[in-house]
Amino acid sequence: MTMQRRDFLKLVGAGAGISAATALSGCAGTGLSDTTGGRRVVVIGGGYGGTIAAKYIRMMDKSIEVVLVERNDHFVSCPFSNLYLGGILPDLSTLTIKYDKLTTNHGVKVVQAEVTGIDAAGHVVQTSRGPIKYDRLVVSPGIGFRTEEIKGYDAKTPEIMPHAWKAGPQTLLLRKQLEAMPDGGTVVLSIPLGPFRCPPGPYERTSMIAMYLKKHKPKSKIIVLDANPDIVSKGKLFKKGWAKYYQGIIDYRPAKKVTEIDTGKMTVLVEGIEEVKGDVINLIPPQRAADIAVAAGLVGDDKRWCPVNMATFESAKHKDVHVIGDASIAGAMPKSGYSANSEAKICATNVVALMNKREIVGLSGINTCYSYITEKEAVSVAAVYTLQDGKIVGVKGSGGVSPDLNEAEAIFAKSWLNNILTEMST
Amino acid sequence: MKQRWSRWALTAGALTISATAFAAGPSAEMLSNACAGCHGTHGGSAGLTMPSLASQSKTAIVEAMKKFKSGERPSSIMGRIAKGYSDEQIDMMGDFFSKQKFHATSQAVDAAKAKKGADLQEANCSRCHLDDGKDGKDDTPVMASQWLPYLQMQMQLYQSGARKMPDKMAEKVKPLSKEDLDALLHFYASVK
Repeated sequence: MTMQRRDFLKLVGAGAGISAATALSGCAGTGLSDTTGGRRVVVIGGGYGGTIAAKYIRMMDKSIEVVLVERNDHFVSCPFSNLYLGGILPDLSTLTIKYDKLTTNHGVKVVQAEVTGIDAAGHVVQTSRGPIKYDRLVVSPGIGFRTEEIKGYDAKTPEIMPHAWKAGPQTLLLRKQLEAMPDGGTVVLSIPLGPFRCPPGPYERTSMIAMYLKKHKPKSKIIVLDANPDIVSKGKLFKKGWAKYYQGIIDYRPAKKVTEIDTGKMTVLVEGIEEVKGDVINLIPPQRAADIAVAAGLVGDDKRWCPVNMATFESAKHKDVHVIGDASIAGAMPKSGYSANSEAKICATNVVALMNKREIVGLSGINTCYSYITEKEAVSVAAVYTLQDGKIVGVKGSGGVSPDLNEAEAIFAKSWLNNILTEMST
Repeated sequence: MKQRWSRWALTAGALTISATAFAAGPSAEMLSNACAGCHGTHGGSAGLTMPSLASQSKTAIVEAMKKFKSGERPSSIMGRIAKGYSDEQIDMMGDFFSKQKFHATSQAVDAAKAKKGADLQEANCSRCHLDDGKDGKDDTPVMASQWLPYLQMQMQLYQSGARKMPDKMAEKVKPLSKEDLDALLHFYASVK
């Protein structure tokens, strides 16, 4: 949070540099490959779920050794990254955290390495810096993309048609493209069929891009091709905001699934027939659990998401492995940052219980999520969750969305971000 | 609970049902940890509009939650969240947070205002808000080290009538000027 802008730009501007550095330290080894002492939990992924799982396990039981494996030395929050696209935030520095205080405050061992495989039978995580043994594993890897479902998509596509659905260099690229687009241009935003990370995210992004266009490129417009039959989350509120502020700028088209693209012609094809051209194309591909979860056989019959015992988040596929966050199937809890935070604590509590052969602790979770519609007005959704017949459900009578767009929640949202990122990094 | 379970298991003999199916209800810690995404780990808020719950008066938390639940106290999101808990669970959370270590914050306050506020607190508020607003043992909320924007927001709600002041407080607040009240809040925010 306190990182200098210059340092941050150095970090995010040099994606290749980061990988090279990781590869170089590859021969250093982890010193964690032989024995675990019977008390080691390895956590994969330093995002909204992984940081909290690592920290809370240590807070609850100092006798457990916790190793957090993450490929980067920093994390950039997806929540609020749309505000950078809209021009409210000057850079991503306020969305960026580092891990050093998890080590100094809680004794979490942070290993910067790429996870290359999970040997669930042998209780070993394979990494670019060597194997790490575990007694229990918490996997919080985020999402991967089902790009094979879009004809014409290849490894270079995200450089031309960014998804910006993992915050960082992709976010910077999309912003740069918006800035370079001439006034009168067309932005195309393609939303995949759910479930995907952050249900209201694409609609907040639509709002933020429209806000940018209205202010800086008033002759331009944004065409939203939504594969879903309607807005997935906070629909009435988004529609109200769009009618109020972005009439003539947002062209929202429901039930339009992009099946094919042509990066040369800068076109997308809806259901193989209807061609739509864009000057900037923000193509968000359909999603599944991150590649490592798929490769490790943690996904279920749908080959997409990871089924878990919802009381403990222990994988239905592999013993002693837990999956939290966007990658998991968590009943009524949405794929959101706050859900991942809450799931991490439920998981941490019961990892500690299981390792100490204690009874499982009953589940209680929360989701809160804010979306900006203009610079000054936001809306929210919230719910409280419990476990019923083995499934996570919303507590009856709780939760719901804001009654209207309002300025107070745009202020509260900033406190939300400040607190949740502070919790993850201290 | 553990004892009860083992006794039951003994009488049930060969029944092999996973322990998970018989998980106890959420603990105070489980319930409260879910709040920490917004209110900070163990209720120590990083600001600016979210109050710290750490070391807060249990009664104050329980009353606030019940008023959020009924709609008596205005809120944007807390009403929707409070409705997710039983009175017993609210009691457990109040108890948990009241037992956490006081969360001292470092925030920029106007030193002159804080000084004036200290005298006003002594003269007007100190009979209930004990120990410079640090004491939350009775039903009076802990004011010390709360974030200034949160305090200012709540004072606005009191002034507009959207949030009802306790009679004893209303009596003391009424004669104070806007500047006096602002000074008081700067003082409370500065107490560590």
